[in-house]
Amino acid sequence: MTLENVVRTDSPPLLKIDGVGKEYFGNKVLEEVSFTLEAGEILGLVGENGAGKSTLMNILFGMPVIARTGGYTGRIEINGREAAFSSPFDAIDAGIGMVHQEFSLLPGFTVTENILLNRESTKYNPLVEVFGERIRALDRADMTKRAKSAISKLEFHIDSNTVAAEMPVGHKQFTEIAREISRDNTKLLVLDEPTAVLTESEAEILIRALRNLAVKGIAMVFISHRLEEVVDLCDKIVVLRDGRVVREAEPKNTDVYQIASWMVGRKIEGDHSRRVDREDTEPILEVSHLWVDMPGETVRDVSFTVQRGEIFGIGGLAGQGKLGIANGIMGLHPAGGKVVFDGKSIPLNDPAHVLKRDMAFVSEDRRGVGLLLDESIDWNIAFTSMQVQGRFLKSYLGGLIQWRDDEAMRDAADRYIELLEIRCTSHRQRAVELSGGNQQKVCLAKAFVIGPKLLFVSEPTRGIDIGAKKLVLDTLKRVNEEQGMTVVVTSSELEELRAVCDRITIVDSGRVSGIRPANCPAEEFGLLMMGAQDIAAAVER
Amino acid sequence: MMNRLKQFLISNSVPIVFVGLSALAIPISGYSAGYLVQEMITRLARNSFLVLSLLIPIMAGMGLNFGMVLGAMAGQIGLIFAINWSVVGIPGLVLASLISMPIAVFLGFVCGNVLNRAKGREMVTSYILGFFTNGVYQFVVLYAMGNILPVTSPQLILSRGYGIRNAVTLTGLRLALDRAMNFQFKLGDFTVNMPIGTFLLIGVFCLFILWFRGTKLGQDMRAIGQDMAAADSAGIAVERTRVIAIIISTVLAAFGQVIFLQNIGTMNTYNSHEQTGMFSIAALLIGGATISKASISNVFIGVTLFHLMFVVSPTAGKELIGQAQLGEYFRVFVSYGIIAAALVLHAWKRLRERQASRRGLRGETQG
Amino acid sequence: MDRLKNFIEDFGWPRIIIGIFLLCLFITAPFVGVRVGTSISDTLVRVGMNGVLVLAMVPMVQSGCGLNFGLPLGIIAGLLGATTSVQFGMKGLLGILFAFSIAIPLGLAFGFLYAQILNRVKGEEMMIATYVGFSSVALMCMAWLLLPFSSPVMIWGYGGSGLRTTISTDGFWNHVLSDFMSVQAGSFYFPTGMFLFFVLMLTVVWAFFRTKTGTAMTAVGSNPEFARASGIDVDRMRTISVMLSTALGAIGIIVYQQSFGFIQLYMGPLYMAFPAVAAILLGGASVNKASITNVVVGTFLFQGILTMTPSVINNLIKTDMSEVIRIIVSNGMILYALTRKTRVKR
Repeated sequence: MTLENVVRTDSPPLLKIDGVGKEYFGNKVLEEVSFTLEAGEILGLVGENGAGKSTLMNILFGMPVIARTGGYTGRIEINGREAAFSSPFDAIDAGIGMVHQEFSLLPGFTVTENILLNRESTKYNPLVEVFGERIRALDRADMTKRAKSAISKLEFHIDSNTVAAEMPVGHKQFTEIAREISRDNTKLLVLDEPTAVLTESEAEILIRALRNLAVKGIAMVFISHRLEEVVDLCDKIVVLRDGRVVREAEPKNTDVYQIASWMVGRKIEGDHSRRVDREDTEPILEVSHLWVDMPGETVRDVSFTVQRGEIFGIGGLAGQGKLGIANGIMGLHPAGGKVVFDGKSIPLNDPAHVLKRDMAFVSEDRRGVGLLLDESIDWNIAFTSMQVQGRFLKSYLGGLIQWRDDEAMRDAADRYIELLEIRCTSHRQRAVELSGGNQQKVCLAKAFVIGPKLLFVSEPTRGIDIGAKKLVLDTLKRVNEEQGMTVVVTSSELEELRAVCDRITIVDSGRVSGIRPANCPAEEFGLLMMGAQDIAAAVER
Repeated sequence: MMNRLKQFLISNSVPIVFVGLSALAIPISGYSAGYLVQEMITRLARNSFLVLSLLIPIMAGMGLNFGMVLGAMAGQIGLIFAINWSVVGIPGLVLASLISMPIAVFLGFVCGNVLNRAKGREMVTSYILGFFTNGVYQFVVLYAMGNILPVTSPQLILSRGYGIRNAVTLTGLRLALDRAMNFQFKLGDFTVNMPIGTFLLIGVFCLFILWFRGTKLGQDMRAIGQDMAAADSAGIAVERTRVIAIIISTVLAAFGQVIFLQNIGTMNTYNSHEQTGMFSIAALLIGGATISKASISNVFIGVTLFHLMFVVSPTAGKELIGQAQLGEYFRVFVSYGIIAAALVLHAWKRLRERQASRRGLRGETQG
Repeated sequence: MDRLKNFIEDFGWPRIIIGIFLLCLFITAPFVGVRVGTSISDTLVRVGMNGVLVLAMVPMVQSGCGLNFGLPLGIIAGLLGATTSVQFGMKGLLGILFAFSIAIPLGLAFGFLYAQILNRVKGEEMMIATYVGFSSVALMCMAWLLLPFSSPVMIWGYGGSGLRTTISTDGFWNHVLSDFMSVQAGSFYFPTGMFLFFVLMLTVVWAFFRTKTGTAMTAVGSNPEFARASGIDVDRMRTISVMLSTALGAIGIIVYQQSFGFIQLYMGPLYMAFPAVAAILLGGASVNKASITNVVVGTFLFQGILTMTPSVINNLIKTDMSEVIRIIVSNGMILYALTRKTRVKR
């Protein structure tokens, strides 16, 4: 690392995060986060989902959501001056550029037009006097020049006249970065998972380009879950866990395994007393070579077996495909491969069939898929069972007419309202008016009414309060023990999985990176999540 | 080479079908070449300006501006005042345009803001807004004029003392622009009149659109048209820009209606504007435009083909089946049908594109 | 105070304003020399005439297909039923039943085809529905000229072929429903039969939405993703709803004609969707939720305004502004519904 740009060591650092904290509705997501970054330095920011990385970047970038939820504590300084941005545009003015995980390029615009979006070069003409600045004509020649110079800083060749829609993914990522560095004042670049969508060779080229940029004096915050990359590229690594900086390290003094163990930490070892020896039981669900086309959660090639009566966990980082598995098997997204349930193969892409075969699903997307928000609780609970199993119907005129049985629906709703402690005014209350936790309980009730042999539950505790969390998890354990219901839990929270499951599979890049008993050390799961299964396997041995 | 030809045929299928239809219908109708050329020149001069006014909202991703009838109404109000004050000739038309402009700006402003509240269903909303404004227009013209608004000319006012007559002869304004620089030439034994002045104006408008695309404002509109969220996060004032696009379109439609009516010579106070929107949109679509993409050439091709069919089909229907009425209904059917088809194709294509863009994400084991 | 505010928010300002306006009209009527009895019975007749057409909105709105601007398609099916019935010289109750028996299957068939289009353009149904309706009207204009109808009461006198623009139902099944058990007391007339029929239709639709399929349809409109996850074939439900709506439109126009006395062909059905759409919105429906109550309340309010404004306002200010008020009220109502911030999730 050449540090010719870091002029004097006594000058204030380019970026100083000092004791930053943030609460969302009384929930601490960041606490006393501090670190510094010099010009031309690359800082790797790593942590599990929910460790606070995105919140920190939202604060740094002045996202309105921060101010809306009560602002933050602590201080952020840029070149020694306090920076409290009220909008992303302030952050841009201060010289911060952000490259997001998903692209924000305009498909019909050329590379040049995209790079200079809303910062085009313009020429004066007399009509400006009447209609104002926006009627200035574009200076195409100058725009091309500026775009080319930005691209050349990356030392990578892209034709500035290519239309974004026709570019390979890697080029799009380069265009995004070029857009950020084309601003003359950009000093700090935040890259959120920039390699997530790239192939290995594209990622290598990108890493090289980023090094070139650093030499030119641009500082970077590099967020990635590919730990090898982080170790390879960064000058300094900051590990976040539960909203705190647990370690700041230099890559030469550490390795991937150590970082992973810092990330997952040694949390309170939960009660892993569930380790029942189930080798004598038979498989209930066999999945082989499953692929699922679920946007943002693509499953590429997944195989595993679930034993009858166990609680099986599916973990992994966001966007790696863990959520796609249950959605694919339940027929909600286009899928392929082979799934055998209870000895018989089930057709994919047919939700009705799967439900009839006594499988049920509690979706991670409560409001979008899980609930009829505008309808009452009893409708929500009874609907699926009515449609699939023909319950809650009353026959009239000798079966000619089948009407909804409002009484039976009410009874069922009241039973579950009591059983799951759903807080509501009555079974007639609309689902939209319930709190997140109570909505989740309605979703569970909906699944229980079907009386499934196997229950998929995705993100059971996302966005619900602690009391409801415990009740939901306890309920899952109870139905498993009392009714022998097999449960497949998908969750981003490893600790939650380790607390309720017998075995856990970790999904990375749409593939299974490993299946371990729940009592395995957390670090090992951490490594599997980071896609470092070879190291994990070595440790296992 | 074959591929490119195929691509060309697919992307121009609508105009090609209409060229084919016309090629069949022209000989049947028995019209002379001179007559048809004259008709086409007249109708191009009459309608092009109106159709051109649709281009800018399409560029801004707001679809077909069914709200252009608002502009047409503004244009008619301008004409009413010009006639009331007996200003004739070119000055009369200029006056009518000047009066219609602030009205069109206001209506466009309202329309743009209403559409900002109905993102994603701009077309149906602007369509209903057209009907709604028509009610307000009728109120103003039928009750307020001669009552509250100072319109006194007996040529305009109904015998009951207020309200504008249903049919108003544009005395002194008729063909004022078309005749200003008329050019005559002979085609066979048919003398063709060519309104150079009008075409000059249309030419200026085309240049304006071309130039406008190259301005910062035009670039912003293109950006918004492609991805509103991305444009917004780049700091472009999305809602404001959309309002501006609608205002420009409305004002130009007002001018277009003035040009249209000076050619016709009489104004049906309560009907002239109603047809304007539908005929202009149908013409543009027949020219090969889609809901998200339209060019100047689409306008001229469309106007020509649409009106060729318009002129020819009644006679062709009469010759073919003995009923002129049939041809008339046929052209109504085509006008509606082409809009319906364009809307369906557009929506369907968008659905398929969404699916196709995701296909790349599927697993390799897909068999 | 809060409850009042909630009530107003639930009910919506436009509805309250129009309700109060209508009330004022009824109160003012006797003072300006309008006979209240006549006004009320006129209003009721029009409610009965238009009720089923408004009801035809409900299935499509409930299944999430939006406002049925494609109503003319159903109307065309009804017109075909009516003209066929006249062609065969069917009279009285038999005539109207025959018209229904032709119109309903045609309505279902048209609806099926129409649904195939709508299922491919989800999210943009309304504009497309409008133009599908318009184009089918124009297409039928050609058909009316060409179809081999021959009844002398229906075809143009001079040409010998092609149907007239308006055909009288007099002598066939004029007022067959309306006059059934009707009540006449001075200037007050109540078309009992037509109302019984309207209530019957309301009951049928109400009962349908209590069945398993009806429940599924409501769920599809409320949240298609939820319905799909519950094993419902969303496209199938939408198709059924469109078929129902179209068939109801076909029935509705025949009810309308028997009361009105004429069958209006050619461009007649072109704009008939708009009053029906406006009425149901006025009754409190939104773009994706409608109930039987919305139909009844909306039809009454809307037709009340249409009947009362000409008589009362004309007498009051000696000017006929009813047309303008009709245009502004009906389109204003649709506009309000389209721009209202709804929790639409897609």
